[in-house]
Amino acid sequence: MGNDYLLSMTGICKFFPGVRALDNVQLNVRKGTVHALMGENGAGKSTLMKCLIGIYIPDSGRIVFKDEELRIVNTRYALSKGISMIHQELNPIPHMTVAENIYIGRETRTWYGLVDMKKMNRRAAELLERLGIKLNPTKKMVDLSIANIQLVEIAKAVSYDSDLIVMDEPTSAITEAEVAVLFKIIKSLKEQGRSVIYITHKMDEVFKITDEVTVFRDGTYISTDPTAGLTRNMLIQKMVGRELTDMFHKERAEIGETVLDVRNLSGKKFRNVSFEVKRGEIFGVAGLMGAGRTELLEAVFGVTKPHSGEVFVDGKKASIRSPADSIRLGLALLTEDRKLTGLYINAMVRDNMMIANMKAYMQGLFVNFRKIDADCERMRDQLRIRTPSLKQIIKYLSGGNQQKVLISRWLLTGPRILILDEPTRGIDVGAKAEIYRLMTELTHQGKTIIMISSELPEILGMSDRIMVMHEGDKIGELGRAEATQEKILHLATGMSLATA
Amino acid sequence: MSKGPADHKLSRASINAILRKYGIFFIFLGMVIIASLLSPAFLTKLNLINIVRQMSIIGLIALGVTGVIVTAGIDLSSGSVVGVACVVAASFAQIPGGNRVLYPQFAGNPLYISIIAGCLVGVLAGFINGFLVAKTKIPPFIATLGMFSAARGAAMLFTQGRPLSNLSDDYNFIGQGDIWGLPIPILLLIIMAVVTHILYSRTKFGKYIYAIGGNEQAAHVSGINVTKYKMMIYVYAGFLAALGGVVISSRIGSGQPGLGVGYEFDAITAAVIGGASLSAGGIGTIPGTIVGALIIGVLNNTLDLTNVSAYWQQIIKGMIIVGAVILDQQKNKGDK
Repeated sequence: MGNDYLLSMTGICKFFPGVRALDNVQLNVRKGTVHALMGENGAGKSTLMKCLIGIYIPDSGRIVFKDEELRIVNTRYALSKGISMIHQELNPIPHMTVAENIYIGRETRTWYGLVDMKKMNRRAAELLERLGIKLNPTKKMVDLSIANIQLVEIAKAVSYDSDLIVMDEPTSAITEAEVAVLFKIIKSLKEQGRSVIYITHKMDEVFKITDEVTVFRDGTYISTDPTAGLTRNMLIQKMVGRELTDMFHKERAEIGETVLDVRNLSGKKFRNVSFEVKRGEIFGVAGLMGAGRTELLEAVFGVTKPHSGEVFVDGKKASIRSPADSIRLGLALLTEDRKLTGLYINAMVRDNMMIANMKAYMQGLFVNFRKIDADCERMRDQLRIRTPSLKQIIKYLSGGNQQKVLISRWLLTGPRILILDEPTRGIDVGAKAEIYRLMTELTHQGKTIIMISSELPEILGMSDRIMVMHEGDKIGELGRAEATQEKILHLATGMSLATA
Repeated sequence: MSKGPADHKLSRASINAILRKYGIFFIFLGMVIIASLLSPAFLTKLNLINIVRQMSIIGLIALGVTGVIVTAGIDLSSGSVVGVACVVAASFAQIPGGNRVLYPQFAGNPLYISIIAGCLVGVLAGFINGFLVAKTKIPPFIATLGMFSAARGAAMLFTQGRPLSNLSDDYNFIGQGDIWGLPIPILLLIIMAVVTHILYSRTKFGKYIYAIGGNEQAAHVSGINVTKYKMMIYVYAGFLAALGGVVISSRIGSGQPGLGVGYEFDAITAAVIGGASLSAGGIGTIPGTIVGALIIGVLNNTLDLTNVSAYWQQIIKGMIIVGAVILDQQKNKGDK
């Protein structure tokens, strides 16, 4: 290891209760290179980066940056040493302007100490122009599209003049034109001798702009290779550890009549969406972050009220005014963010499982605990949920097992149509495969699944038909045979299939 | 993913869980031991009964407040509801014919009318609280703060600021009498504690309020009628506060609009010491709250027996609730 390496992380371990998030991983980034960090969800990429910029403190290991060993205790320290990051989750301060967001914490001041808005706006305008980003620095973040918000994040990270910039899924919300702008920025950073750690799921980008690729899997380090020597298949093999297609089950169930018919549904984040779902099929819903998929299905399920439109269940018009109505009609909704809207994090596994099915467990005024225990044991066996006991507080379970508990919650209500929003997000590969197997089994039992997913392999591998959304509109529908990653991406980023 | 040292962390977490669940009992036992060492008068039947009888009203109120805190809300109006409920109840219990009778048309009614009238007042107050919190989505702090003020004002208005004394013997018996050697306030507390514990732990209502407090959005998605159950718990809390009002006014033989001042604070303190969390919803139990109330009772009693000034007692009480909340934050933070 010589002065060639800008960053050297070795022997990094990070544990959370019940989970070994990082197990002796390493990452070595050379000066003036773009280094891709790849792996499935839950592989540990974001966790390692959070250790690098001070959000987490590793349980063991060394971090050497610019030939200096560092103990990165908080983000401010990391920034001061020359490391900045573009986060995966966009967290703009909505009612402040672009300039204020970029310079938050280091506002331009007048000689007498007050914030100098005029000068700050000018600085921001120069920065944005230099980077080739066409934005007015005085616009409020809340008025920007998600794509532009992401561009502001990029500008902000670059403005720190850091030697190392970590970019975590920087193109998740932007279109091809803006991606070109980003790549130009990255190229000029390289020319200045700076380095970029680039985390992405998008293979094309990896082959376009990165020099080396490091792969993690299930919290362990797999390999580092020059990009030039790799192929797509090699990368997938490293990330998944087996042929990707093994994970998804191919035996399609018998597809029957239309069970759900949504007509011209409009709401806050989606307009005039119509689609039909047939019994026994897996209906995939694809699109970028902010496309309105979650909002659409939440309105179908009754979590929010749509502005207009109709929903028909089994051919009959459904008056769905609350989730309770949907549940009664045989629908179920596994929400996108289990921590936010799914789990009762301080409650027991048992209570998390039975809560949507309470009515079935009532004996007069009292709760029949024996029946509950029987049902929960059955679910635990069927879904292979790993927990020391049903009375374990659910916060101690791994993400995959938590998700299985939530799926059990819905299965106990005996639904006919299951809406799954990002069902395998934040879950290790093993649990993912089990959930896919479960989904296939359910369709063979005559149930219908609507699956929202941002993971293209998952959408392509599991769906019978795919609906693609873009910024609130249904922009296209693809059958299983004709669907490809490129076509979906094209539609999802707003381009028509004619140019695919 | 493999499970190495993480396994040990898991069982350490279990030990933490046990400490967290039963720690409060150990603290209580410790206090009893210290108290009996500090004063020979502590461990006498008379003194112990006194302790429980004195905290029985706070205990009653705390039972309802626990439920409210479990839904991630708070009720600042309990003390004022005590005041307005007790004067309405007392107005029905005054012995007719005296010159102190405030509402001659109400006076002289049988006991059950007084109690029902008082409890209805509490139910109404709770309904208003619940409506504001659940339907208009005002923060519970603000909604019940408004009731804190308005209920007290209503009590003053109702009585024109005057006390209602000369109450029937039946009525006074509630607060002053005993059955089989046990003062009625204590009996009432025991009965309501058992009822409330069953309500919170073995009924659909109970499961739902823990779900609402644990994750309101998730509860909504799970099909729970969040509005309905939130309103119900505030009504229950109002009812119990009113019951407390009946007990205190019958104990002193007089319904006064100024009764109950500060009771909401003591009730919340008891619940929080007992483990109900103000920062995270869905946490809190009746046994915990009872122990919390007993801890306050023993503390007050010990300070009395050792002749500590009442002013010091107030300072210490303040420190205790802050300490209890800090402990609560640490407990919930330590798991992240």
